[in-house]
Amino acid sequence: MYTAPFRYLRPKTLAEAETLFRESSDARYIAGGQTLIPTMKQRLAAPAQLIDIARIPSLDFIRREGTMLVIGASTRHADVAASPIVRGAIAALALLAGEIGDPAVRHKGTLGGSVANNDPAADYPAGVLGLGATVKTMRRAIAADAFFTGMFETALEPGEIVTEIVFPLPLRSAYAKFPNPASRYAMVGVFVARFGNGVRVAVTGAAPCVFRVPEMEAALAKDFSPDAIAHIAIAADGLNSDLFGSAEYRAHLVTVMAKRAVAAALL
Amino acid sequence: MAALSVTVNGATVEAEVEDRTLLVHFLRDHLHLTGTHVGCDTSQCGACVVHVNGRAVKSCTMFAVQADGGAITTIEGLAKDGRLHPVQAAFQEHHGLQCGFCTPGMIMTAVDMLARHAHPDDATIRQELEGNICRCTGYLNIIKAIRAAAEAG
Repeated sequence: MYTAPFRYLRPKTLAEAETLFRESSDARYIAGGQTLIPTMKQRLAAPAQLIDIARIPSLDFIRREGTMLVIGASTRHADVAASPIVRGAIAALALLAGEIGDPAVRHKGTLGGSVANNDPAADYPAGVLGLGATVKTMRRAIAADAFFTGMFETALEPGEIVTEIVFPLPLRSAYAKFPNPASRYAMVGVFVARFGNGVRVAVTGAAPCVFRVPEMEAALAKDFSPDAIAHIAIAADGLNSDLFGSAEYRAHLVTVMAKRAVAAALL
Repeated sequence: MAALSVTVNGATVEAEVEDRTLLVHFLRDHLHLTGTHVGCDTSQCGACVVHVNGRAVKSCTMFAVQADGGAITTIEGLAKDGRLHPVQAAFQEHHGLQCGFCTPGMIMTAVDMLARHAHPDDATIRQELEGNICRCTGYLNIIKAIRAAAEAG
């Protein structure tokens, strides 16, 4: 047995899940489990209870609501990638989902799990922040700008479950990722979205937490072209540095991938 | 302990398992279906790929209890009436293996791939094999076998 012992619970509703969490001593929710299970196998996490929310039906949906795309939190990456609704509304988001991990991981991993985990090199946080989406829970709605607070940290309170994410439809958008050749996590990934009232640029993989680049956003609002941001360099201070790449290398990649994202958005 | 009811390769299986039992260990140690392999144990190599409710998943990255009520297909479930599945036959014909350790996962991934992409080009095949590692073949014959299975199918 690799993981520490735990009690597995599978509530039928969100209300039941929250009650179970409240009554538990040391519980974790599990959806796709593609991050949590490897973490538990290494015993870096050892929850006493595992509350499986993957099968709660109200969390698994994709729908277009006017100028919004709404995706349920337990929707699998593979389903987002293949969805005609997502492809028609925000093709860049479908492409992003289709580049996460590998096919088997995409069959299990969920949108809500990815954003709630907020891995520094995960793809979805770039899409959620880049599109200025709203993260909904049973208790409230949280703007993406206030949701991602630090490395593996979010604005979620203990026991709070992400139920859906509401994406406003951009005029143009694209995601450009430089994947780690082994893990396929983003060394650097940049999501660029152009709206009627401005441009958003969100970067994942480069720093402990996904972040926006206001200088690029301002330049792109005036001139939405790769050349408009070619001269904008990100400071390496505070960026991730590991055996795969130095902070300086990642800083360089941010500009490269941002230019590629803008070029892709113009196609 | 948790009660588990699943269909494995078409047969109903009722079992009591410890909650923390990984699906791959349930298949190998409880049901003695040892065709599904444990390779890297870190969700990367794909030797443990099986189908759960028709979709390829890594059985080392799933607890058996999560599959409760579902239908599981392993490499042992592909051949019908003593005849190899077309993807198995193509791996044999095109020598898509050397040591064979990764082969069950490769084949389960390939069957899933062909269900979603009836006629994949080589770039798609390579991309879809992202989660399966082979240390012997250099992949070329694996890709050839999958392409041949698609053309035959």
